[in-house]
Amino acid sequence: MVETTEKNNVTGTIEVKDVRKEFIDPNGETVVALDNVNVKINPGEFICLIGPSGCGKSTFLRLVAGLIKPTEGELFLDEKKIVKPGYDRGLVFQDPTLFPWLNIYENVAFGLKVRHVYNERKKDVKEFIKLVNLEGFEKALPHHLSGGMAQRAGLARALVNHPKVLLLDEPFGALDAFTRMNMQDELLRIWKERGTTMIMVTHDVDEAVYLSDRIFVMTPRPAKIESIIDVEIGRNENFGRKRDSVDFLRTRSKILQVLNFTGKELEEDYVI
Amino acid sequence: MKKDINQKKKKKFEVITIMPILSVLIAIILDIVIDNHPDLRDVDNNFYRGFLYVSFGILIALAIITPFIKQLKEKYVFRCKFVAGVYVFLTLLNIITAKMLLLPQIYFPSLARIFFVFYDDRELLLNCIGSSFFLLIQGILIGFILGMICGIAVGWSKSSNYWVYPIIRILGPIPASTWTPLALVVFPTGKSAAVFLIAFGVWFQITVLTCSGIQGVKKVYFEVSSTLGATNRQNLFKIAVPAAAPSIFLGFFNATCSSFVALMAAEMIGCKSGLGWYINWQKQMLSYPNVYAGLIIVAIFCYVLVTLQFKIRDRLLSWQEGVVKW
Repeated sequence: MVETTEKNNVTGTIEVKDVRKEFIDPNGETVVALDNVNVKINPGEFICLIGPSGCGKSTFLRLVAGLIKPTEGELFLDEKKIVKPGYDRGLVFQDPTLFPWLNIYENVAFGLKVRHVYNERKKDVKEFIKLVNLEGFEKALPHHLSGGMAQRAGLARALVNHPKVLLLDEPFGALDAFTRMNMQDELLRIWKERGTTMIMVTHDVDEAVYLSDRIFVMTPRPAKIESIIDVEIGRNENFGRKRDSVDFLRTRSKILQVLNFTGKELEEDYVI
Repeated sequence: MKKDINQKKKKKFEVITIMPILSVLIAIILDIVIDNHPDLRDVDNNFYRGFLYVSFGILIALAIITPFIKQLKEKYVFRCKFVAGVYVFLTLLNIITAKMLLLPQIYFPSLARIFFVFYDDRELLLNCIGSSFFLLIQGILIGFILGMICGIAVGWSKSSNYWVYPIIRILGPIPASTWTPLALVVFPTGKSAAVFLIAFGVWFQITVLTCSGIQGVKKVYFEVSSTLGATNRQNLFKIAVPAAAPSIFLGFFNATCSSFVALMAAEMIGCKSGLGWYINWQKQMLSYPNVYAGLIIVAIFCYVLVTLQFKIRDRLLSWQEGVVKW
């Protein structure tokens, strides 16, 4: 039973209803980290959250992961209320956070082992290591890997549980530009292959336009979703977008406008 | 072709390995050439010279096999100067004590007499090593297990932290040997008292460093493992404990060192065997050659145990970058 629902991945709807999250800062004052969020994310959708620091992107991700609880409102995964972390929502951080005392194979196998399904699904470990192109590195320790490889291993570790939703917190933020572009394509490939719902936090406008179906543009003080932009640009053979197309630049400029980063001259440049 | 040259290079005789051989040779020659001081007692034993002969043989053998064994080559070639220095030091000692009698011989006996003790008292010494080792292992084992339990409890659970941590802070820093008077009264035998004293010191070190290790584990590890499906219990045993392992081992190292202190102190007071007891007893008998022999054995004893421990650590913590080498 469980096996089929996990594999098919037809599910993965996230619903966020009237969510507000407050923190108490070290001075004892209440800080609103996220306010008045109402969104629905469809199964298999690729969502990017973009915005400056302090706009509540990571808070949003953590709420969906169940690592923190909302002060007000509720979140649902496939109509089930999210109350705690679970393997149906995988998480990848900017810092790959592989467990340094385990080798790559053991890191990827960790999720299956703690869930006591490792014996039945051993071959999944190999399959996902292959999926992220890390064959031959099974025995390597995390500190032997380059940043990009470690991040791929982190991705495999999260994917091996067949999560319905994959949460990515600036996964490529620490990588150089070329590795980053490669990883974006790899992520898209995995996304297409597995049909996982993706929610990704990023600082990079180009990355957001390149990858996502919809972009949640967020602004700070008060932290909220300011605007939701549909990216209506056709995907190329890598499932990404042509980075120098007019539509790409238009969408990019639209986002920057929402974030108040475009001055007058810049805007004129984009009028074609 | 190039490989061939490399191989030839590898098998080449290491000139520096001659250095310790020369050093021993000088030690032997000086021991033979210079006469003992006329007032020196107990002249007719050759145990020091015998030791030098044996060393000579071993060093020659080492020099011959060194080019063929890669591991040995790296270590021994590096240590050659040190080994040579040791024999120079022994030679100086020999001259100061036996040959010139510059120091009162009752407190600073000749090397020959100290080496004689190893032979003469070998049965008792072996007995003492065994007895000390047994006490130490018992104490460390008990202390380690209790320390792990306390450390994990205090580092992981808030309520045990509240109740147990203050007690640890009050009791822990008291030097183990201070408990001796109480331990001798409470425990039926001197040995069990000694085990208690050793275990106490070990317990404290392990507790503190296990606790701080667990509290210092990066929060993201728990977050990641939770989203991978780990339960709270799994977070403790699969994340917190392995992540804290370097800290726990540091505690174990400190604990081993402090356990030697506790062992010696305990044996000098309550026991009728063991290395500490032996040294103390011989001191009271004013037979200093035996005291020195005992000290040398204690040094070797501790060195071996600490080295063993580092070997275990290196194996278990090989995932760490740049671990401290012993």
